[in-house]
Amino acid sequence: MASATDEKPASLADITRNALFWTVIALGLFILLIGLKTDQKDNTIVLVGRPLLLAGVLLSVFAGAFVIGLNNQRKQTALLAGKVATPSATLARIEPYIRPFLLAFVVAFPVIAIAGSGWQGSLKWIDNFGIQILIYVMLGWGLNVVVGLAGLLDLGYVAFYAVGAYSYALLAEQYGLSFYILLPVAGVLAAFWGIILGFPVLRLRGDYLAVVTLAFGEIIRLVLINWVEFSNGYAGISGIARPTFFGIPFTSDDDGFAARFGLEPSGIYYKIYLYYLILVLAMMTAYITTRLRRLPIGRAWEALREDEIACRALGINTVTTKLTAFAIGAMFGGFAGSFFAARQGFISPESFTFIESAQILAIVVLGGAGSLYGVVIAAVGIVGGFELLRELDFLKIVFGNDFDPAQYRALIFGLSMVLIMLWKPRGLVSSRQPSVALKETKAISSDLVKEGHG
Amino acid sequence: MEVFVQQVINGLTLGAIYGLIAVGYTMVFGIIGMVNFSHGDVFMVGGFTALILFLLVTGALGFGAGAVFLAILVCLVLGMALTGLWSWTIERLAYRPLRGSFRLAPLISAIGMSMVLVNFVQVAQGARNKPIPPMLRDGIKIMEGNGFVVTLAYKQIVIIVVTAILLGIFWYVVQKTPLGRAQRACEQDGKMASLLGIDVDRTISITFVIGAALAAVAGVMYLIYYGVISFSDGFIPGVKAFTAAVLGGIGSLPGAVLGGLIIGMVETLWSAYFSIDYKDVAAFMLLAITLIFMPQGLLGKPEVEKV
Repeated sequence: MASATDEKPASLADITRNALFWTVIALGLFILLIGLKTDQKDNTIVLVGRPLLLAGVLLSVFAGAFVIGLNNQRKQTALLAGKVATPSATLARIEPYIRPFLLAFVVAFPVIAIAGSGWQGSLKWIDNFGIQILIYVMLGWGLNVVVGLAGLLDLGYVAFYAVGAYSYALLAEQYGLSFYILLPVAGVLAAFWGIILGFPVLRLRGDYLAVVTLAFGEIIRLVLINWVEFSNGYAGISGIARPTFFGIPFTSDDDGFAARFGLEPSGIYYKIYLYYLILVLAMMTAYITTRLRRLPIGRAWEALREDEIACRALGINTVTTKLTAFAIGAMFGGFAGSFFAARQGFISPESFTFIESAQILAIVVLGGAGSLYGVVIAAVGIVGGFELLRELDFLKIVFGNDFDPAQYRALIFGLSMVLIMLWKPRGLVSSRQPSVALKETKAISSDLVKEGHG
Repeated sequence: MEVFVQQVINGLTLGAIYGLIAVGYTMVFGIIGMVNFSHGDVFMVGGFTALILFLLVTGALGFGAGAVFLAILVCLVLGMALTGLWSWTIERLAYRPLRGSFRLAPLISAIGMSMVLVNFVQVAQGARNKPIPPMLRDGIKIMEGNGFVVTLAYKQIVIIVVTAILLGIFWYVVQKTPLGRAQRACEQDGKMASLLGIDVDRTISITFVIGAALAAVAGVMYLIYYGVISFSDGFIPGVKAFTAAVLGGIGSLPGAVLGGLIIGMVETLWSAYFSIDYKDVAAFMLLAITLIFMPQGLLGKPEVEKV
């Protein structure tokens, strides 16, 4: 592929040749893995040819490479002609309005959902979309402290999510304590685990740290699977107590929520209640994160992200700085985990696989590490997108009846992670607000800016 | 004693497979300082390529000894070529544009690529385990005692011999050829190497291809040894091979092989004497312990941080 800095724009022949080259490469890649399918037949594997699919894939590779080539050529021509596109100022102009609008929207979301799709129809929107997305927003904001602010790549974040979930489930089961007592307990336990795991590994460099956190995430999952007396293994824990509304349970009994307030008995109140609960938790995460950023510790995190050696030279204790980021991130993960356990009513190690860690990381990184809005955009896009994909019936008509979008979920994640890294290595929303900014520009006497006087 | 000898044999076989994968990690890390997260899944792609090639050849020629031998040869040669092509493409499309970019960008791209490979194979080939008919079932009895027979299975011999030969060839390439010299030069100082007229990008590409070719061999060996492969089989061996690379000293080629053998040994002995459920935990713990107490590994050079 011709790079954008070449002298001459590529000719049409070059583009075609280039596209053909990639098609030949694709033929080599896919001839076995797509061209032949391994099917199970009476205990043996038989090969089934799929020439049509292979041809289709090769054709799309050719078309894709051709279009990319044309696009590059267009850009180069523009570059040579001196017409460089300037970044639009639209985002900057609407930025002040985004926050109140978003906030109003999420607060009013259940009402909008009920108004839009009726009493029963809204259940799906509030539960599958609202609550699900908010859980990931909260997890993303929690991981954002670790990855976005402190620049530590944590691939085992789901371990803390699991610690939170199991803490709530097991303690509620054993001691019958309520959700609101166990929520902070779960957070503290997760933070505690963050410190235990973080302390030995935080001296490591970025990519080592990534692999060790990944290993720890797997260790916790494997222990949950194998230590059956403790966690009930694969079978998981079911019948986890639901949170109550100031002691009023969400049941259809006489002392249940609906009966007490003289409302029609319906499952929707509980969902709405959960929605606002996770909304409050997520908002708390965002609020604490933004406040922390302004504290010395938050600035130390960001300095650490940019240059660790410079930090050490300036006398920042990098180990404790990293450890606080790790522990605080873990704590939010723990909160989210205990909410998850309460909402599902059932947890098993299946919910805490590496793919979950990768999904949360994808949300943070794709959104723009360090940016709270970016995380929201990415969470809505990724989580909401997949829920929507499940809803779309016409896809079944196009791809056949056994088409299951969940199968493609991780494939699309992976692809979008690679593509967004290539397109914007710092994520979709890469502009970050400085944590400290001067309110107004001050006029400085020219004496002070003379050479040698700064 | 007999059980122990048997476990050592099994451990060596497994260690050979890990060592082959670990070489790919260590080479790539040596030359561009990046943990090639998708390498374990390249190994899995190599295994699947071998599976399909094996079925193609035995489907055409039947299951005679000659046919199986030919099939393994085809799997090795074509598997190495095709898996190398995968790795070349991945490097070209997902890593090269990110060279010199934001520190975490290539690593995240590699994680994404790993997910792409796993799920591509799952979607293209189905989620079930893919068994091949058992082959090379017999072995040589080495010793017998206490009612336990120690056997060296033929497939273990194949695995150990093929691994040794290929590592020998690889060693020769790295130490004695101009290509290997260029590669070592880039590893020591990429900028200087490019000033002296070495095409650094090309050398890096070749490093990826060689690493993937060895991973493909590991894939063939894995398929022969276990007789089954599934789309998710890249992850755990990948992490273990990375552990092996770190344990041996990342950047050091003999270290990678040594680390692989140690990991294979630890895993089999742990399974035999402690608990098979926690064998992966043992390998992961070993990784963490090595990194914490001995980050430079057994044969590696201590890392000097430069500003």
